[in-house]
Amino acid sequence: MTTTTMIENGILNQHLIDPEICIRCNTCEATCPVDAITHDDTNYVVMADKCNGCMDCISPCPTGSIDNWRKVPAAEAYSIADQFSWEALPQEISAERLAAVQNADPAAVAEVEDLSQAQAAIAAVAGLTSNVGEIGETPFRSAAFGATVPPWSAAHAYTNLYAPKSPVTASVVGNINCTEAGFDNETHHIVLDFGAMPFPVLEGQSIAIIPPGVDANGKPHVARQYSIASARNGERPGYNNIALTVKRVTQDHEGKPVRGVASNYLCDLNVGDKVQVIGPFGHSFLMPNHPRSHIVMICTGTGSAPMRAMTEWRRRLRKSGKFDGGKLMLFFGARTPQELPYFGPLQNLPKDFIDNNFAFSRVAEQPKRYVQDAIRERAVDLVELIKDDNTHIYVCGLKSMEEGVVLALRDVIVQAGMDWDSVAAKLKQHGRLHLETY
Amino acid sequence: MSNIDYSVKIPNNVDLSGDRTLQRALESWQPNFIKWWDDVGPEGSTNHDVYLRTAVSVDPQGWAQFGYVKMRDYRWGIFLNPADQDRAIHFGDHKGEKAWQEVPGEHRANLRRIIVTQGDTEPASVEQQRHLGLTAPSLYDLRNLFQVNVEEGRHLWAMVYLLHKYFGRDGREEAEALLERQSGDENNPRILGAFNEKTPDWLAFFMFTYFTDRDGKFQLAALAESAFDPLARTTKFMLTEEAHHMFVGESGVSRVLQRTCQVMNELKTDDANKLRAAGVIDLPTMQRYLNFHYSVTIDLFGADQSSNAATFYSSGLKGRYEEGKRADDHALHDQQYKVLEVVDGKLQEKDVPMLNALNEVLRDDYIKDSNAGVGRWNKVMEKAGIDFRLTVPHKAFNRQIGALAGVRISPDGRPVTEAEWQSRKNDWLASDDDRTFVASLMKQCLEPGKFAGWIAPPVMGINRQPVDFEYVRFN
Repeated sequence: MTTTTMIENGILNQHLIDPEICIRCNTCEATCPVDAITHDDTNYVVMADKCNGCMDCISPCPTGSIDNWRKVPAAEAYSIADQFSWEALPQEISAERLAAVQNADPAAVAEVEDLSQAQAAIAAVAGLTSNVGEIGETPFRSAAFGATVPPWSAAHAYTNLYAPKSPVTASVVGNINCTEAGFDNETHHIVLDFGAMPFPVLEGQSIAIIPPGVDANGKPHVARQYSIASARNGERPGYNNIALTVKRVTQDHEGKPVRGVASNYLCDLNVGDKVQVIGPFGHSFLMPNHPRSHIVMICTGTGSAPMRAMTEWRRRLRKSGKFDGGKLMLFFGARTPQELPYFGPLQNLPKDFIDNNFAFSRVAEQPKRYVQDAIRERAVDLVELIKDDNTHIYVCGLKSMEEGVVLALRDVIVQAGMDWDSVAAKLKQHGRLHLETY
Repeated sequence: MSNIDYSVKIPNNVDLSGDRTLQRALESWQPNFIKWWDDVGPEGSTNHDVYLRTAVSVDPQGWAQFGYVKMRDYRWGIFLNPADQDRAIHFGDHKGEKAWQEVPGEHRANLRRIIVTQGDTEPASVEQQRHLGLTAPSLYDLRNLFQVNVEEGRHLWAMVYLLHKYFGRDGREEAEALLERQSGDENNPRILGAFNEKTPDWLAFFMFTYFTDRDGKFQLAALAESAFDPLARTTKFMLTEEAHHMFVGESGVSRVLQRTCQVMNELKTDDANKLRAAGVIDLPTMQRYLNFHYSVTIDLFGADQSSNAATFYSSGLKGRYEEGKRADDHALHDQQYKVLEVVDGKLQEKDVPMLNALNEVLRDDYIKDSNAGVGRWNKVMEKAGIDFRLTVPHKAFNRQIGALAGVRISPDGRPVTEAEWQSRKNDWLASDDDRTFVASLMKQCLEPGKFAGWIAPPVMGINRQPVDFEYVRFN
C-alpha cells in the first residue's frame, strides 16, 4: 500500500496533479478506472468526489506530476474549477488551521485510519467541494519501497463492490475480546456475516464501516477502514463471513482520554446487530498462492489482522500437502503479551508451520524490544528468505513503525554483503514487499 | 534459428505460444532485430544496466515495471489493449458495422502501407539518436534516452506483429525491410523526411521528442480509431508509452530554458555571445531550433489536400484525433474545412471538402497541442522575469510538403522574397554555427546527481527515485 487519498479526523489528503510538471498527455485520464480525472484546455485535474485512491494512475504517469497530495479540511477540498485555474499547486494549509479543524471533533482524532482505496470512496460522501496544500515530503517515503503490484501468483481481488452511497448490510455473528481482559488496548475480534449478499474477499484486503449517526457538525460519520482478519473462504470455512480486529480507542495520541467513534461502536456491538459496510478495498497487499511460496509477516497491534488472515488460509491449505515447502515467519510487536491480539492461538500453532518472533516494548524489568530488533536478530534466516524469489514480505501496523522496519531490512541485506538499492527495487518491482500502515 | 521460447521471453497478451506460425515467423525475425539493435542501436551501451520501465501487461500495474535491464535483453513485449467484442466502427462509410478482426481484402494494401509507414518511424528514431549516449548531460537523461530507444524498439515489434500476423508473406517481407532501410541512408532511406534528419545533439533530441514524437501521438491516436481492431488496440497501448517520450522533450527543453534564464539573471545579460561563453544556450538559438523541428514535423502530416486521407477515413482505416469526442456525423461528406494556399504571392484561406483536408485537420489539432506546451515553456521565462517568449512559427513557414512546399514565408506568416529568405534564414532556422556551438557544449556527465552546465536538473526523478539515483550502471 502506498500513500493515497486519506480522510483522517476531517482532514482529506487530496489527490492533485501538479500543473507545472504535467505534460497533458492524457495517460492518467485514460488509465483511471473510475473516471475521476478530467481536463480542459489548460489542466488535468482530479475530482475529489470520484477518486478512490486506487493508485492505478501513478506508475503510468511519465512525469510524476500525478503523485501529489495536499492535506485539506474535507469540507474544503479543491473543486475541479479551482484546479482548472491553477498554474502551480497552492501552498500547504498551515498545521494550525488543520489542527483547528481536527479539534472540532476530538473523538475522531485518535481514530487514525489506514490509507487506501477506501479513503476516496469515503471522501465521496464527505461533501467535498473545494480547496488545499503542498506535498508532505517526509524524509522517509514508503512509496519508494512498497510494491504497488501484487505477487505474481496472487488471486484476483474484487474491489469497490459497495460504495458509500450503496453500502451492504452485514450482521454481527461474533464479538469477543481477543486480548487479555482488564488490560489497556482492549482489542476485539468481530465477525460479520453478509448472508446472501456477495462479498468476495482475499487475505490482505480491507473493508470500511460506516458508524451510525452524525458527527459534531451534524454530518454523517465518515467510514472507517479495517483490514480483514479472516481467510478468503470465511471466518468459518464455507460461510459468507469475515472477521475484523478492532482496537477500542480510549485515548488520543497524547494520552488524553477520548472515545473513538467507530472503534467503540464496533467493540460494543451485540450478536444480531446490523452494520453498514463498503468495499472491499485493496488489490496489491495480497498473498502469493503458489506452492513453496514463503511469507514473512511483520506487524504491530491490530496490524496483525491481515497476518492472521494469511496464516489461517495457509493453515487450511496445509492439508493439501502442496504448501509444505512454504515457510511462514512472523514478527509481531506489542507492548505486552497480554495486549497482543491472538497471542494464545498463535502460541498453539505448530513450530514447523510458523516461525513466531515476538517483541514486547513494555514488559516489566525487561529491555524494550521492537520488531526491528527481532528482525535484526533473525538476519541470517531472513537473508536466505529474501534471496529466494518465492518470498513475499508484508508489513502492517502504525505508520511510525514503517521506517524502522525498512531500515532493519536494509541493515540485514547490507550486512549480508548485498546491494540494498537493487534488492529493494526488485522487491518492489516483483510485488514482494508490501507496506500497509496507518 | 533461435530457440527462444517467446511465450516466456516476450511478455504478450496475444497468445503467442498458441500460434505456431506466428511464433516461427517472429523467431526468424528476432535475430535480425537484435543484429539491427547491435549494429545501429544505442552506441556503446551493450553492457549498461539501465533502470528501465518494462511493460508486462496492459493494466496499470503491469505496464510500468521498473528495474535494471541490459537493453539488449529488454523484453520487447507485444501488447494489445483489451478487446471489446461489440466494438463498432464509429466513423466513415462503414459506421455502425462491427469492427474488423481480420484485414478486408479491399483495404489490405492501404492498411499495409499505413502500418509500414508507422513502423518505419520507430527504428528510424533509434538510428537517429544512436550517438547521443556519448554526450549525455546526466545519468537521468541517459536513462530517459535509453527508455525512449527501447520503447521505439517495442513499437517496431508492435507493428511487425501486425505485419506477421495479418499480412502473410508480404507482411514478413515488409518486416525485414523495416530493418534494412536506414535513417539518412542515401540508397535506402527511411520513408518520411523528418526521420532522415540527424539528431546530432541533445537540444535537437529534446526538440525531436517534443515535436516529432508528438506527431507520433497524433498519428497513433488517429489509428487508435481504426476499424481494423488489432491496429486500434495496438496503437492505443503504444500511446501510453509515447507520453513518456513527449515528457522527455517537454521537460528537457524546459530545463535548458531554466538554466539559461538562471545564467542570464546571474550575469544580468541577454547578450547571446556572453551567454554562449558562459556555457549556456541563448534563447534566440532555442527559438531557431524550435522553428526547425516544428516546421519539419508538421510536414509529416502530409499534403493539405489528399485523396488518400479521404479514402483512409471513409473506409474506416484512420480516424481523426479524438474522433469519439466530436459532435458531427462522422462521415463528413458535406463538410468543408479551411486550408491555406498562395495566390499572387499572398497566403489566403479557401474552403475545401473536409474529407480531402483530413491531414490538415490532424495537423491543426497537433498545432494546438504543441502550442500549449510552448506556453508552458514560456512560464519558465516569465518566472525568471525575463522578457522573451518562444513562439511556434506560422504553419506555412519552411514547408516542404503540400501546397505550401517551397513557399517563402517568414515565421510570423509574412510572404518574403527568395533574397530575403536567403539573407534571413539563419535568423529563423538553426544554422550550422548554432549547431556547432551546441555541439561544443555536449560533454558527457555521468556522475549520479550531476548535470552538464547547460541544463538544469529535473524537478523529480523517475518512478519516485531521487534525482541523484544511479539510473544507469556501467559495467
